[in-house]
Amino acid sequence: MTITRRTFLIVGAVTAASVALPPFICAQASAANAARPIKAKVTMQVNGEQRALDLDTRTTLLDALRENLQLTGTKKGCDHGQCGACTVIADGRRINACLTLAVMHEGATIITIEGLGTPQNLHPMQAAFIKHDGYQCGYCTPGQICSAVAVLGEIRDGIPSHASPSLTEPPQLIASEIQERMSGNICRCGAYSNIIEAISEVAEASA
Amino acid sequence: MRPFIYLRAKSPADAAALAAQVNGSRFIAGGTNLLDLMKLEIETPTHLIDVNGAGLDRIEATADGGLRIGALVRNTDLAADPRVRKDYGVLARALLAGASGQLRNMATTAGNLLQRTRCPYFYDPNQACNKRQPGSGCSAIDGVSRQLGIIGVSSACIATHPSDMTVAMRLLDAQVETVKPDGSTRVIPIADLHRLPGTTPNIETSLMANELITAVTLPAPLGGMHIYQKVRDRASYAFALVSVAAVIQQDGSGRVALGGVAPKPWRVESAESQMHNGAKALSEQLLAGATPTHENAFKLTLVERTLASVMAQARDHT
Repeated sequence: MTITRRTFLIVGAVTAASVALPPFICAQASAANAARPIKAKVTMQVNGEQRALDLDTRTTLLDALRENLQLTGTKKGCDHGQCGACTVIADGRRINACLTLAVMHEGATIITIEGLGTPQNLHPMQAAFIKHDGYQCGYCTPGQICSAVAVLGEIRDGIPSHASPSLTEPPQLIASEIQERMSGNICRCGAYSNIIEAISEVAEASA
Repeated sequence: MRPFIYLRAKSPADAAALAAQVNGSRFIAGGTNLLDLMKLEIETPTHLIDVNGAGLDRIEATADGGLRIGALVRNTDLAADPRVRKDYGVLARALLAGASGQLRNMATTAGNLLQRTRCPYFYDPNQACNKRQPGSGCSAIDGVSRQLGIIGVSSACIATHPSDMTVAMRLLDAQVETVKPDGSTRVIPIADLHRLPGTTPNIETSLMANELITAVTLPAPLGGMHIYQKVRDRASYAFALVSVAAVIQQDGSGRVALGGVAPKPWRVESAESQMHNGAKALSEQLLAGATPTHENAFKLTLVERTLASVMAQARDHT
């Protein structure tokens, strides 16, 4: 009998319970046993347009936006919810698009960086990031801007933060509040001080 | 990620019953932890049951003056609720000390209770981990253990429960309401929800298979000063090295619970009488029997000093 790689891996999975195999073999065996993709339909409104998709259920909202809808403004950084590059606004709230499945957003309204403004008609936050040089490489910028727009909304709605001195008074539109609320958006170039200046300017203009 | 069938549940009982009909199902709500673990194939559900449509997203007053928090209430909404901010400040503060704004917008109350440890060896399939693969050993004990547990741990596992919210819930004596696949319901005191690892760190809670958390209730407000102090490597968006949740009354009495040190929120009610005797005495009783590693023994001192800081804040305030 020829022992193929596949046979070995499956056997490895069966014996794993009684024999302590190295964990990596079991992990590969699991992958070898994987079934075929399963599809599901989902409809959502993205940047004002109704979009119907038929997706592998495993597709994250981030991958649906980038790979299926070609909205590549939203970036994939860590893909584990740690960097914030994938931040989009779903039903009015900023979320990490990498940590949510597209099929969980049936009927939802999604706004990405492409939906906030256009090169001819910039959103005030986009214009402020340009004015204050709130980026270097630009990879984190779409997430930073979507997050920043939502942050000002959260302060306006009276949602407290870790930096709020009082839980019962309305939070203030000040740098310490903005810094704390933007901590889920990492910038490896370190453009933070200019980012805070850009957001602060929009905050003051809208106050 | 392994393929899975995606299903939506319309009610809690529907969700639990659906889960019992298939092997290998998991409930998904916020998904911020589960989906991450699925990408790494540490979680490999065959069916995902989306409970977001199950109508568990309200915060209501209870007959005895407390609050019932629906399992699906998002962390942001719970922290922003005027009743929570006014009467359960320690809970609002704990929530706001955790994760990022984006994550708190997705993460739910029940999901926060049930989130898995962030022990790096649990996340790395190339390492031995008794929680991920029972019987494989624990790479953490002789490994990089600076973040890990010092009490309630075992020779099989030194992982900590990573939640901030749960520490405040434990302090407040919250109760966890559930529904089982047969439609019956029960109430679990939060002290009994999480298990200590012993020889089976893979079994983390007292929930039965396919049992769904529907709500968390808080008793009537305690009054007093509410403090949640979290010590971490960054000022924001980092897990706790040590955290202290406290409600302290005018006379200096009160209660405390610790985060970042144990497999569950660490509260020892019998130690709370030591609050009058200072942080050292309190710390010694809270952490009696601790078994730190050489890398995390500093947490013994850090707990004492964080307790001292919290007690000083309460004193200065009165």
